[in-house]
Amino acid sequence: MKLYLKYASIILRCQLQYKVSFLMSTIGQFLVAFSTFLGVYFMFNRFGSVNGFTYTEVLLCFAIMLTSFSLAECFVRGFDAFSGIISNGEFDRIMVRPRNEIFQVLASRIEFSRIGRLFQAIALFMYAIPKSGVLWSVDKIITLALMLLGGFFVFSGLFIIYATLCFFTTEGLEFMNIFTDGTREFGKYPLSIYGEGILKFLTYVVPVALFQYYPFLYLIGRTDNILYMLAPVAGIAFIVPCLIFWKIGVRHYKSTGS
Amino acid sequence: MKKYLSFFRIRLINGLQYRAAAWAGVVTQFTWGGLTLLMFWAFYQNGQNIFPMTFSELSSYIWLQQALLALYMAWYFDNDIFDTITSGNISYELCRPVDIYTMWFTKNMAVRLSRALLRSMPILIVAVFLPKPFNISPPASVLSGLLFLISMILGFLVLIAFSMLIYISTFYTMSPLGIRILVTSVVELLAGGIIPIPFFPQSLQTIINVLPFASMQNTPFLIYNGYFEGNDILLSMLLQIGWVITLMLLGRVLMRKALRKVVIHGG
Amino acid sequence: MIELKNISKTFRVAKRNAGLREAVKALFKKEYTEIRALDNVSFKIFDGEMVGYIGPNGAGKSSTIKIMSGILTPDSGECIINGRVPWKERIAHVKEIGVVFGQRNQLFWDVPVVDSFELIKDIYKVNEVQFRKSLSELTELLDIGEVIRTPARQLSLGQRMRCEIAASLLHNPKVLFLDEPTIGLDAVSKIAVRNFIKTINKERGTTVILTTHDMQDIEALTERILLIGKGKILLDGTLNDLKKRNSTNKTLVVDYRGARIGEIEGASVIKELDGHAELLVDTTVLPVSQAISLISSKVDVKDISVIGATAEEMVVSLYREFQI
Repeated sequence: MKLYLKYASIILRCQLQYKVSFLMSTIGQFLVAFSTFLGVYFMFNRFGSVNGFTYTEVLLCFAIMLTSFSLAECFVRGFDAFSGIISNGEFDRIMVRPRNEIFQVLASRIEFSRIGRLFQAIALFMYAIPKSGVLWSVDKIITLALMLLGGFFVFSGLFIIYATLCFFTTEGLEFMNIFTDGTREFGKYPLSIYGEGILKFLTYVVPVALFQYYPFLYLIGRTDNILYMLAPVAGIAFIVPCLIFWKIGVRHYKSTGS
Repeated sequence: MKKYLSFFRIRLINGLQYRAAAWAGVVTQFTWGGLTLLMFWAFYQNGQNIFPMTFSELSSYIWLQQALLALYMAWYFDNDIFDTITSGNISYELCRPVDIYTMWFTKNMAVRLSRALLRSMPILIVAVFLPKPFNISPPASVLSGLLFLISMILGFLVLIAFSMLIYISTFYTMSPLGIRILVTSVVELLAGGIIPIPFFPQSLQTIINVLPFASMQNTPFLIYNGYFEGNDILLSMLLQIGWVITLMLLGRVLMRKALRKVVIHGG
Repeated sequence: MIELKNISKTFRVAKRNAGLREAVKALFKKEYTEIRALDNVSFKIFDGEMVGYIGPNGAGKSSTIKIMSGILTPDSGECIINGRVPWKERIAHVKEIGVVFGQRNQLFWDVPVVDSFELIKDIYKVNEVQFRKSLSELTELLDIGEVIRTPARQLSLGQRMRCEIAASLLHNPKVLFLDEPTIGLDAVSKIAVRNFIKTINKERGTTVILTTHDMQDIEALTERILLIGKGKILLDGTLNDLKKRNSTNKTLVVDYRGARIGEIEGASVIKELDGHAELLVDTTVLPVSQAISLISSKVDVKDISVIGATAEEMVVSLYREFQI
């Protein structure tokens, strides 16, 4: 942990060397999220509600998605940027240092400008939390925390899968965007609006619904089922197969060296 | 002209080299389009009467948007051009016997066209065979199909003429970052990249429709799917022509000014 | 102690052909070729040795280095370094080695170099006292005392390389791998780096394995040479062995008036132009004195000189001999 903080402080100092660029990317992250928000706003301005979900409920869902994604993008950026780490030989350097590879990948990239998106999320929270009609009892607060944590881990897992694929091929990984960027973009609405099939896929294959749809139903009081509240825990467990896959990837890297 | 064609050819071969990337791109965009339609479908269930177009029209719009993404995406910029400007290497470019504005303009066109060429066909072909109303329908008539093609080219020119202004602005700001970020977020929204312009609040639409952004992807797609009819088509296409001319003239003037500055100050 | 026994490694590489048609074809089907990067490579290196590992590009140098540093697993064969198999006990192994990849950067670009050093100290868990000692020793030997207070991006290539080397030695490794450490450096930095490597080898007893294309590095530094070509070790010996092997060949440089010298038994003409010729003489067939008299009988000699081969020429002739 101490070493991680040391990495963080160096990276922060590096990024602050370019203050204008840092500020601009932060603002940019905010603006991109803001125009997405406007898209949502315009839709509700016209239609009022979707699939029985109100505007504030959707905003709450949107904010949860945005927060967990931007936290993952900020701290797990090393895996998101992994193709670069491989191609510039940085991973070889990591391999000749006496520390866990995953730790070093995580510590070598921390993208502080992703906080811009977080500001947007916080603004959404500040608006949606009081207006959503949720009675903020302890269990609701725990649910919210679990959703954020679950989201962070699921996104991290997806980034790790993406990084692991970089060991096997350098091409065609664009399709992973469907799961990462796609989840962020389309996950602003409760996943049930995309229909039964998509919801099933996002429950059993890529467990996005486990930290989004099911606990969200509990959060806004559509269900009292405690299992729905605890669904994000299963989402967190998604990281385990991802890490196993990563190990396989590292072994492959060691046998091909490229 | 020949050098631009050969440049285009190289780009195309280059793009083909990355077969997996091409397939992945097609799959990604196809999924993206599908999910977008499902999202609109959910809203459609809620209020068919306030849906600004038929769902089938929307489907055509979304599939065209995905298929032609490479032509109209606002966030794509050629980093080489930015580097040329900020590093001062522009002085070398000035020594070449080509017009820089035209060169950069065609370079941008070539990159986008070669990408679109590779990816549009598979997306459109699959989209044709999707179940109704999620499929792409043929244009309303032969005439509107023809007008769509013209408007598509015009919209493409508007977009590139606009991104030229962004490149040129770098001569003055010396840092492309800020303006780029603004553009990616604002243009995407106002061009109808996030949701189609007819879904905007009515009062906003009247303003947005005359801005150059609406003349990019919005106009050709709305001509194709039949949302624009009769006079609307004519007016919107005239507006497109107006914006192409205005933006290109503006670009050339600003470019000449900027280059004069470069020559005087020596980069 | 480093010991490699019958190490072999094969890679699969995708073929890529030129042209639009081929590119379209490749969309659907890809062809692969197998490349044997290492073929039964065996050698031993004892503690405190300094070894030059040479060979043309793609001969298998970096694959060997990667195997020895635990990054790459071979298909077959054994490799034991300090009693460990590198790729099996990665973390324990890499604590005892230092690796310098030439032309790559391990320093943070935008902060003073010493900050990167501090981080490396924590990564290797070097204690404060040792670190201070190591740092002052290295900065003095490499003459980077001033330099380490500036960000890496402001350094010259030579300064940065010296900092890179220091960074790889902060934890006082037993073995140091240097992958082309002098590439692209100016003469002064080259000499500084060479002197430093010599000192560290002598004083710390660090085992040094050096890959390079620069024969001056070899001449200045290493007693022992390993030559690799097409994945095979072709020669394992001292620089003197190499010289002896080549001493049967001498180059004669002749300036003369008259017609061409033409063919001479036991000598081959390297170049002949406008009354200037260079001949490679195999002294086992044709002693030098005989060669001179033969030449004088053919042309009117103005000047003649005999040159033994330089290290560079020896290596080139070795490459030729092994046809790599």
